[in-house]
Amino acid sequence: MNWVLDNLPLIADRTWAHLATSLPAILAALLVSVPLGWLAHRYRALNGPVLTGAGLMYAIPSLPLFIVLPVLIGTGVRDAVNVMVALTLYGVALLVRSVADGLDGVPPEARSAAVALGYPPLRRFLTVDLPLAGPVILSGLRVVAVSTVSLCTVGAVLGIPSLGLLFTDGFQRGIMAEILTGILLTAVLALVLDRLLVALGRLAMPWTRKAAGVDA
Amino acid sequence: MISYRSVTKRFADGTVAVRDFSLEVPRGSLTVLAGSSGCGKTTLMRMVNRMVDPTSGQVLVDGEDVAGRNPVALRRRIGYVMQNSGLLPHRTVAQNIATVPRLNGMDRRAARRRTGEMMDLVGLDAQLADRYPAQLSGGQQQRVGVARGLAADPDILLMDEPFGAVDPLVRSELQRQLRQLHGQIGTTILFVTHDMDEALALGDQIVLLRTGAQVDQQGTPRQFVAEPANDFVRTFLGLDRGQRTLHRERAADGSVVVVDAHGRPAGVLAEPGDQPEDQPDAGPHPGATAEAGPRPGSQDAPTA
Repeated sequence: MNWVLDNLPLIADRTWAHLATSLPAILAALLVSVPLGWLAHRYRALNGPVLTGAGLMYAIPSLPLFIVLPVLIGTGVRDAVNVMVALTLYGVALLVRSVADGLDGVPPEARSAAVALGYPPLRRFLTVDLPLAGPVILSGLRVVAVSTVSLCTVGAVLGIPSLGLLFTDGFQRGIMAEILTGILLTAVLALVLDRLLVALGRLAMPWTRKAAGVDA
Repeated sequence: MISYRSVTKRFADGTVAVRDFSLEVPRGSLTVLAGSSGCGKTTLMRMVNRMVDPTSGQVLVDGEDVAGRNPVALRRRIGYVMQNSGLLPHRTVAQNIATVPRLNGMDRRAARRRTGEMMDLVGLDAQLADRYPAQLSGGQQQRVGVARGLAADPDILLMDEPFGAVDPLVRSELQRQLRQLHGQIGTTILFVTHDMDEALALGDQIVLLRTGAQVDQQGTPRQFVAEPANDFVRTFLGLDRGQRTLHRERAADGSVVVVDAHGRPAGVLAEPGDQPEDQPDAGPHPGATAEAGPRPGSQDAPTA
């Protein structure tokens, strides 16, 4: 406990670095997955390649990826951008399928109603298809958020700041409190982010909660 | 006014849904396209708002070929009511009704006012405005569908089996109100159904179709019942099963009951001047008196 109290600024720093690396990665994964998922949903011929490709991406071990990426994208080995890019790739690997499944699940009658009412294609996608696919995309995003927060710690092996540095450092110096703090805070961060996404989903998709809650 | 000029639709897989179909839908009429599933009636209707483009032939709206119109702009000028309401499940009743006015750039406040008027017009309680479709009954959903179809004040309303999924009692009430509404607003309505009772109850003009949108008969409900063109029409109407051949029978208490060919009661015979008891505000409407005879649910009645 003393270790924690003595090192509050360090812990705050590591937590901040952790968030600053994982949050942009989660957001980027969402932004990349929506058009990719749409392609897989819209063009049957692309469905297999896109989804299988995404699945294979998740099979790449993270540590080698962190080492190879700087060579590919020309960043320094200890640059947090590497971790961000790698985490984005893993996020995309998980999320593309959710986006495609979500879009596949949009009721056809809602879609043809939107066409009949005179929605232009892009507006229809953004204001009808995407919101209706929302609950499925959100459940995928929750998995991505938790897995990204957890994977982010691997960067510590290369010395990139995150809560993971608390376990590598604690392990090297034999400070149990530091290791436990790192593990605990990572879990707490993942949990908080997950709850936050659920709350955001309720705000953004009020119909999902009302339809179930109130008797007609 | 809608005109079909020798319209043919061949789908990519080779099926010909519509073969050389021509029809005039007079302005302000309620025209019913009736026929079994697969006869091409929905395909025909979707040609009006360009959800389907004909392979050959023309569809004219007010004398202008729709092929030259921008589909999105065209659809916003034509109301559309679907089976199972087709409401957008993520938008409230008010948002659904205001969809087309809002797409056309009407501001929020004006759209809200318009929504209120439309809900009033179709008999929806204003308190339902902020509900989601899943919180409504089937009948309420269909009313919202009609209100949405009419919200932008279209010249033409397309209705694709809009009352197919509601129970018979609610359906006949919705039909009665649609007749009344049509008399009030005078919009040209093209109505698709497979239910001949519905066609007889609603249509000014009925077009009965067979596979490939071949016209078996075209005429008023009275013409259909009095002068069926052929055996297919007779079967479709249920004339061959005696459902519409009605006789008078005097009951034990002296009242006169109208029965069909199987002796099943179809109604009572009203003397001229009698008022139906349970219709306080309704005007006369086809299908309610024993004269024309179709009863809700008569299709389900067991036939000997």
